Amino acid sequence: MSAPIARRRRPPSRIWAVYAALVVLCAVFLTPLYWLIASALKPSYEVFVFPPVWWPAPAKWVNFVTALTQLPFARYALNTMLIALLCVVGNVASSAVVAFGFSRFRFRGRGVLFVVLLATLMIPYQVVLVPQFILFHALGWVNTFLPLTVPAFFGSAFYIFLFRQFFLTIPRELEDAAVIDGASWFQVFTRVILPLAKPAVTAVAIFSFQGAWNDFLAPLIYLDSPGRFTLQLGLSLFQGSFRSEWNLMMAASLAVMFPLVVLFFVLQRYFVQGITLTGVKG
Amino acid sequence: MRVAPRASYPARVRRRVSALERREHWWFLAFISPWIVGFLAYFLYPVIASLVLSFTRYNIVQPARWIGLDNYRTLLSDPVFWKSMQVTYEYAIVAIPLLMGAGLLLAVLLNVRVAGMRVIRTVFYLPSLIPQVSLALLFVWLLTPEFGLLNYALYMLLHVQGPDWLGDPRWTMPAVWLMSLWGVGSTMVLLLAGLQGVPKELYEASAIDGAGPWRQFRAITIPMISPVLFFLLITGVIGALQTFTNIYVLTGGGPDYATEFYNLYLYQNAFLFHKMGYASAQAWILFLMAIFWTVLLFRSAGRWVYYGGLNL
Repeated sequence: MSAPIARRRRPPSRIWAVYAALVVLCAVFLTPLYWLIASALKPSYEVFVFPPVWWPAPAKWVNFVTALTQLPFARYALNTMLIALLCVVGNVASSAVVAFGFSRFRFRGRGVLFVVLLATLMIPYQVVLVPQFILFHALGWVNTFLPLTVPAFFGSAFYIFLFRQFFLTIPRELEDAAVIDGASWFQVFTRVILPLAKPAVTAVAIFSFQGAWNDFLAPLIYLDSPGRFTLQLGLSLFQGSFRSEWNLMMAASLAVMFPLVVLFFVLQRYFVQGITLTGVKG
Repeated sequence: MRVAPRASYPARVRRRVSALERREHWWFLAFISPWIVGFLAYFLYPVIASLVLSFTRYNIVQPARWIGLDNYRTLLSDPVFWKSMQVTYEYAIVAIPLLMGAGLLLAVLLNVRVAGMRVIRTVFYLPSLIPQVSLALLFVWLLTPEFGLLNYALYMLLHVQGPDWLGDPRWTMPAVWLMSLWGVGSTMVLLLAGLQGVPKELYEASAIDGAGPWRQFRAITIPMISPVLFFLLITGVIGALQTFTNIYVLTGGGPDYATEFYNLYLYQNAFLFHKMGYASAQAWILFLMAIFWTVLLFRSAGRWVYYGGLNL
């Protein structure tokens, strides 16, 4: 509808100028990514060469195998997957429940509580880091996955906010009908609201998977024995142990981020939806 | 406590606080109870505990010893603490406007409707997907003085010898800015969504009134997307106050404390030197800073953020 208007306002020559600028910028933005991939495939004698080698020949795909077996990355991947899945389940379930409470029931202190909830978003994690560590240390949870997963089951402010925004857009008539039919509020939540909230569930699942997959500080503090490390910890350990083997380091980096990139392309629509759902209304 | 709200209603209304409504209160509390527990255990308790801890000397192994304000006094005369403060704000003061400016410029360019735009947008967003550890590792490699791609590009394009980015204290902060600039995609996406929410009629009407593109940008676009700008500013400040992982991997705080970010020093005190009390004092100052900036920004919002235009 609005496309013709936009086109009429802009002379074609200006469109081409924008195009040209974008193509140049794209090239600049893509170069580090290309360099990451090219470096990962280089044989070691092509790593420290000046001028740099643009096209690795021969492409050493075996670098991925070498990099991922130098350290037990399969183990790290399993650990990370377990933590990430638990976080996804915990975050989706608990945040959706809490958000439903905030979006549907009247309560005198509700507004204040919601402001408190949003305020916790403004507080850096490091503020609570030390006492949390002491708490988990006292519970004997250090060097287990519990400090990394249990908190997810108590709702996370950001995801609660995201779910609430979404729930507010669901018309109440639907649940009123269910209530009249004798459904309890919990049934309304699980049978009526959750099925309608699939985009929000997907967005929160993606974000919390991404968050757990990429988390570094908490695993760094809580996991001591290498057998329990996550992928990100493994990568940083790799950096310490194989300082100048850039081809292997880039291969390991690439392998670690690969599942996320795939996830992004498969679920791109939900990604964008989730981002706009939170950001613009923030 | 749960009965209190009922008691304070005016008498006429109280009759209407029916059994149904009271049941609603219980449902509310039942549904939000996970968060209440989490808030108390993982937020309120730690915040209070860290205040108490900040008045003690504590290394986890031995019992804590009360030392009053000593930690705060030591902090105030600790040059590394002040350096960490300076580094954090030096980062924020450049990186936040840089990211918002570049993100806005990019979003405006990407808001043109032409073929292939989806692909181009994805290209700019792609770097934001890279986990911090990998991102920092890649930049260590890109910024290597002799064999890094950046210095090679500088040599080829400008015929200058690039600096030792991560080895020279004068150049590490610019390197950090550069690294964050590559992740501008996540900022751009939000601004783009904001731009697309501005009703086209506003531009048409103002064009009839004779407004040029720059005037339109200043008088329509900026006010209409000001909620997004505000969101980015807040998250930018909080993000700067949280910076840790990428710096830990990129430089570890060096060289010569040139990138010793606030949380890096906090982490080192707590988990390398086991000065839990000292680190808690740092954490509390961080807490106060976060509150200060949040309150300040929200106060300022009334003056420049326009919420009437949200078109969702």
